[in-house]
Amino acid sequence: MDAVTQNGEPEVLFDPRGLVELDETVPNVAEIHDGRARFDAKDLTTRKVNAELRRLVYEEGVGDVTILNPSARHSLGVGILTRCKITFEGSLGYFGVGLIDGPEVQINGRVGWSVAENMMSGVVVIESNAGSLAGAALRGGDLVVKGQVGARTGIDQKGGTIIVMGNAGSMTGFMMQRGRQIICGDVGPGLGDSMYDGTIYVAGKVKALGIDCVEGEWTDADSELIERKFRIYGLGEPPEFQKFVCGKKLYNYDSLEPSERKLVL
Amino acid sequence: MCGIAGIIYRDGGGERKVGRDMTAMLQAMKHRGPDSTGYALYRPESDGFVMHVKLMESNNGHAEFEFAERLRRQRAEVESRVVALGAQVTDIKPATDHAMTITFGFDGDLKQLADYVEDVRGTEVLSLGKSLEIVKDLGDAKTVAGEYHLDDFVGTHAIGHARMATESDVDIANAHPYWAYPFPDVAVVHNGQLTNYHQWKRRLERAGHRFQSECDSEIIAVYLAERMAQGDSLEDAMQRSLRELDGVFTYICVTEDALGVAKDELGAKPLVLYESDDLVALASEEIAIRKVVDREIETYDPYEGEVMVWTR
Repeated sequence: MDAVTQNGEPEVLFDPRGLVELDETVPNVAEIHDGRARFDAKDLTTRKVNAELRRLVYEEGVGDVTILNPSARHSLGVGILTRCKITFEGSLGYFGVGLIDGPEVQINGRVGWSVAENMMSGVVVIESNAGSLAGAALRGGDLVVKGQVGARTGIDQKGGTIIVMGNAGSMTGFMMQRGRQIICGDVGPGLGDSMYDGTIYVAGKVKALGIDCVEGEWTDADSELIERKFRIYGLGEPPEFQKFVCGKKLYNYDSLEPSERKLVL
Repeated sequence: MCGIAGIIYRDGGGERKVGRDMTAMLQAMKHRGPDSTGYALYRPESDGFVMHVKLMESNNGHAEFEFAERLRRQRAEVESRVVALGAQVTDIKPATDHAMTITFGFDGDLKQLADYVEDVRGTEVLSLGKSLEIVKDLGDAKTVAGEYHLDDFVGTHAIGHARMATESDVDIANAHPYWAYPFPDVAVVHNGQLTNYHQWKRRLERAGHRFQSECDSEIIAVYLAERMAQGDSLEDAMQRSLRELDGVFTYICVTEDALGVAKDELGAKPLVLYESDDLVALASEEIAIRKVVDREIETYDPYEGEVMVWTR
């Protein structure tokens, strides 16, 4: 690994004691043309890439940013809370575009674990494969993975839609609470294990259902949703899906959310 | 949260600077484990055996009273024991002040030889084989590679480990990789925790195996060695380990001509895989693979409960 930055200073990559102040100055390297910006992340630290991205979307008001050579680094494009378009020309590492609210992200490559974790709204489209925990604790927006995903996709999902064109690993939709998952390939064991609510559509084979996950009844609303999502993202003709929901056998508590209590009482 | 990595060149007998490549991969994953770094490197097979021996460790960083003298005596004792069992020693060199490398020809019982050397108080045979060399020490990959001059190591395949100690001490004995004693040329690195460690340790000890550390990962190496001794292939032994070892794990096992990886049935520990015509590289994080293949590549995560083996 290159231990020296552009200006010849030693680059601090990890300090177990946490005593080193990391360089957070904004590099100001992007070229801006007609409201579009572009910059190369090759020689920048993760922190500087994020600082530059934040400068562009917050301070310069640029609505379309392209980042070249992300080189599979972790935590890129996190915490962007405004509407904009971000394109990564390459793969991201772990925790890519986590904690975002609003952006439309295109990733022309692969992503590691925990992509779009806790996204509130927006769109994330990944052209290749994703690691485990894709869309963990997703709250809203759409996450589209055109390749395959690892295990525990949409763990603790609380809203939004996850679309996977390839296969998915074990414990897909584990402890899911709301939202939808559309899996076009096969899924591993433990599908929808301990899910509270929400819907999982699977087109391929299901290796084994998780605890309290049962087949649901198909309605016109399901067909409409799937057709609409496939149309929006240009995914072609949707295959035939099976629908899985919570069997509610594990529902042995009586405490409602305050808003739900008002409705019931 | 250790970092593991493996690389095997497939373009037929292609020998590369595998030491340099593995150092780059491990250094990129330093954030996964800065405690110690270990390598299992395979050089082109030769007629003789290479044995890496760890001598006494200094506990407090600086030399204790008579420490140098005790090291010297230990060195001489190891040397004389190897010769006493009839090995034709061709080369002996001190790798660092607390480790040595012996090259020798031998046609006797290797287990007996290893046992006899380890019987010297404070020593441990880190590796023994015709092509395997295990190097492990405290510090990050750059430090260890520098001390042991690994940048110039030419070989065919390797695995490596950046350790964050969770279950046992930070010292050389507890660092990975583990040699599958007493089988020449087999080594293992592991990321995870094994929960039925004590059960297996008792079982294997009763079967006559020795353990050098308190580290749960050592079980995997000895377990696989035990299975292979009973006639299992590497792949069969690894398949079986998925059922018999409890806990979360992703481990990589190497032999003189193969490299295999196994993931537990929950897929709880990460592994990214890149396959091409000329090499297979795998690591806990893609960022490590990109240090060896510096371009946009197609990679994926193997699924839970998978065992994959590549030969060179």
